[in-house]
Amino acid sequence: MEILSRKSINIKIKELKSDIGNIKDLELSIGKFSEEKWTEAEGPTPFPSITALREWDKKLLDRYKPFYLPFCDLCCLCTYGKCDLTGNKRGACGIHMSAQQSRTVLLASCIGAATHISHARELVTYAIKKFGTDYPLDPGGLAVEVEAPIIRLVCGVKPEKLGDLETVLDYLENQLTQLLSVTHTGQEGNNLDFESKVFHAGMIDQVGMEVADIAQISVFGFPKADPDAPLVDLGMSVVDTKKPVILVIGHNVPPAIQIIDYLKDKRLSEEVEVTGICCTAIDATRYSSKVKIIGPMSWQLRYIRSGIPDVIVVDEQCIRTDNLIEAEKIRAPFIATSEKNCLGLPDRTRDSADDIVADLVSRKNLGVLILDPEKVGEVAVKTARAVAPKRKKSRTSLSTEEIIEQAKTCNQCKMCRRSCPNDLHIPDSMKAAGKGNIGMIGDMYEECIGCARCEQACPETIPIHNIIVSAATQRTKNESFRIRAGRGAIQDIEIRKVGGPIVLGEIPGIVAFVGCSNYPKGGKEVAEMCIEFARRRYIVCTSGCAAMSAAMYKNEDGKTPYELFPGTFDAGGIVNVGSCVANSHIAGAAVKIASIFARRTLRGNYEEIADYVYNRVGAVGVAWGAMSQKAAAIASGFWRLGIPVVVGPHGTKYRRMLLGRADREQDWYVHDRRSGEKVYVGPVPEHLFFAAETKEEAMVMIAKLCMRPNDTSKGRAIKLTHYIDLHRRLFGTTPDDAHLFVRTLTDIPITMKEDLTKILREKGWKETIIPDPTLLVNQVEKRGVR
Amino acid sequence: MATTESWQIAEIAGPKKATLIVKPEVADAMIKRAKHPVLIVGHLAAEIDLDDKKMIDYLLELAQKGNLPVIATGHTNRDFLKRGFTKAKIMPAVEIGQRLTDPEWKGIDGKEPYDLAIFAGLPYYMEWTILSGLKHFAPNLKTMTLDNTYQPHASWSFPNISVKDWIENLKSIIEKVEE
Repeated sequence: MEILSRKSINIKIKELKSDIGNIKDLELSIGKFSEEKWTEAEGPTPFPSITALREWDKKLLDRYKPFYLPFCDLCCLCTYGKCDLTGNKRGACGIHMSAQQSRTVLLASCIGAATHISHARELVTYAIKKFGTDYPLDPGGLAVEVEAPIIRLVCGVKPEKLGDLETVLDYLENQLTQLLSVTHTGQEGNNLDFESKVFHAGMIDQVGMEVADIAQISVFGFPKADPDAPLVDLGMSVVDTKKPVILVIGHNVPPAIQIIDYLKDKRLSEEVEVTGICCTAIDATRYSSKVKIIGPMSWQLRYIRSGIPDVIVVDEQCIRTDNLIEAEKIRAPFIATSEKNCLGLPDRTRDSADDIVADLVSRKNLGVLILDPEKVGEVAVKTARAVAPKRKKSRTSLSTEEIIEQAKTCNQCKMCRRSCPNDLHIPDSMKAAGKGNIGMIGDMYEECIGCARCEQACPETIPIHNIIVSAATQRTKNESFRIRAGRGAIQDIEIRKVGGPIVLGEIPGIVAFVGCSNYPKGGKEVAEMCIEFARRRYIVCTSGCAAMSAAMYKNEDGKTPYELFPGTFDAGGIVNVGSCVANSHIAGAAVKIASIFARRTLRGNYEEIADYVYNRVGAVGVAWGAMSQKAAAIASGFWRLGIPVVVGPHGTKYRRMLLGRADREQDWYVHDRRSGEKVYVGPVPEHLFFAAETKEEAMVMIAKLCMRPNDTSKGRAIKLTHYIDLHRRLFGTTPDDAHLFVRTLTDIPITMKEDLTKILREKGWKETIIPDPTLLVNQVEKRGVR
Repeated sequence: MATTESWQIAEIAGPKKATLIVKPEVADAMIKRAKHPVLIVGHLAAEIDLDDKKMIDYLLELAQKGNLPVIATGHTNRDFLKRGFTKAKIMPAVEIGQRLTDPEWKGIDGKEPYDLAIFAGLPYYMEWTILSGLKHFAPNLKTMTLDNTYQPHASWSFPNISVKDWIENLKSIIEKVEE
């Protein structure tokens, strides 16, 4: 018997024997979902516990063995330690290095999931307070009938109104508490069980993201699955600096929306610029296309130091914790708005807006905490208008002469380079700048991730980051791009149209560029990859900081990728779904293919749907600049659904990869649902979590990872064409594993017949069949064959 | 005096750190002693200038004179091909890392497990993490890096040395590996 929620009670009795008789399969529902008329049959795992999907996880982990890359030889989480775990020694609690690494991955994924889930809780609570529990959920109007595919899949419920989301959040918070407890000293000791729980954290993270985004789409009227969502401005130079400028940073959009609403109510929208960084910016443009996006999270320092913003408003997540100090340097009042990010500021929530404004303008308070989005809107606007004429846009940027003078003080100790995550050659550039050539240091702007560790390391206190940005003034003056506002969900009709071609392999894949901006060689690489795959007629999705980086590129005609390619979820589209929490729509699209195209039952039926997605939907996530714990959780959610994730080289710092072994034939058998026979299908997809060293390696791997056992010969030939073509162009040779992806001679691309036939002969290739693939024995049983 | 200090300041390892290659003979002795060595070359080898050559030119010469099998990671193979070298095996860095932790894996030539893996030209932090994986999970493998930055997780590494010293060391290693 299980009781699933404190607010709604759902009692299931599988079998009860008592003195008065036997009861079988009784289900009682009281509360939130009791009136639902959803007739879909319930699958085996609604509201799954932390071990309910362990067997599925084991199947994946059996193929994709963790390769651990310890970031530290020690464990220092309890007072037994520090314990030296070098060479798989066991620590005082008995843990060994493999388990310790996966334990750390679980911690990171829990942090990430907690962040999205608490974000969702805050949004839902705010929305219910404002609009009521019965406010209908409507993420896509008539175009979206499957409104919450992940919630349906995981929880087995069909949310219809805001209040329904509370029950889902209750479940998520419960699971998260259990998962976090697993990381305590003396709990789990097996690395693969830790990994299974990492997958669970990722799965509940996806649910949390979906809750957050469908709630905000519904109540704020964001684009509802709209492929023609408006194009909006992006870049440092799109801001009208003659007007008062407000900067919003973070991920939780209500304060930014209240700023926009206040401006609208007071007919001031044309008088004040609202600009944003990171996901709050993306979500604010989903609300109003007048908002201007400055750039991804790595633009925080450079934009604040430009002196342009008159007021800085922060909410939560991925916000530099020294922004308050930076704001002070440019004399910009600072407003914190989240309980999760108070920054030591006085809580002025209960004070009158005018009193707060007066104290910010007079600089009695350099910053304030206001935990009421409406009040934030009024205070931010009034303060910006009051301080803008006085501030004269104080900036910390340097003239060419000042750069040269500063550079002359460099003693070439190299501490800046040794602190730079990307090992940028700062000392050489500084030497050149000291001699009057600032071009070299200005060129670093493209690859600098804006962390300013160089400045922290410099014993001469040279403002290195400022120098890099100041030397690139010409670039920032030209920073003007267009990005399509986040469209949210994928329409059911789009899924109906592409479901077949995707599952058969004729659309070669869905490639989703997501995540943060910790890039090895700048964000331009994201734009280049998006364009390459869109041109090859893959479906390209973007979200979050990666969506912004994809926009920061122009072709020779001055067009950005979002202007060159349509926003439809179809071959050759570039689809910006929105902010971080909108990532759920990408996973949701894969799930909807199973539901809408293949008519598989979603409700509480995770294992079967993940098996379907894994074997049939050629999707790959790419987090080229993945940095955060949220990115770890997002990736984990994709893994459990059987969707591989490629990260940039910094991604090796996540401490482990999940890699398949193409050379082990025994790893790549599936059950044929038709016959029940075990069939070799080749290493598809070869890896589940892979860090690429370079953009070129990533592109070849993305094409390879889009292959699935279910591809028809026509589909496989298309996918092989892209893989081999990219391999030849970027590596200079035909791949020597091409034969592993040929099942029958009809899989061979016609233009490559001669080459590949020769390779097949050399490798002793044998023809095999194309099965109806599954990893689940029960799927064979369903068809009546064993 | 040479120190065992990571090139990237915060990349501090743990109790077990790489032995310094204080003179090129150390590297040569290790290569010669190895029964089945492999040279793993990352993409930076083709970007780093060492006087009038690139780092990859030195590594190629070392591979040819020392008869070392070569694995090209990233898109490095393109640069080997430009130099007429077609024998490199293309394999991503994390894949070769994982294979090396498998004591049963018999290498790209199928002969026997490698006993020495020589790394060069990968991004510092990526080489750092992969070498860490090997330090912990490939107990029978020795690792060496020929970059000019100290890699604490290798079995042997140069300290952080100047380009001039690096070139001299590489030349000397190449010269002696042939003897």
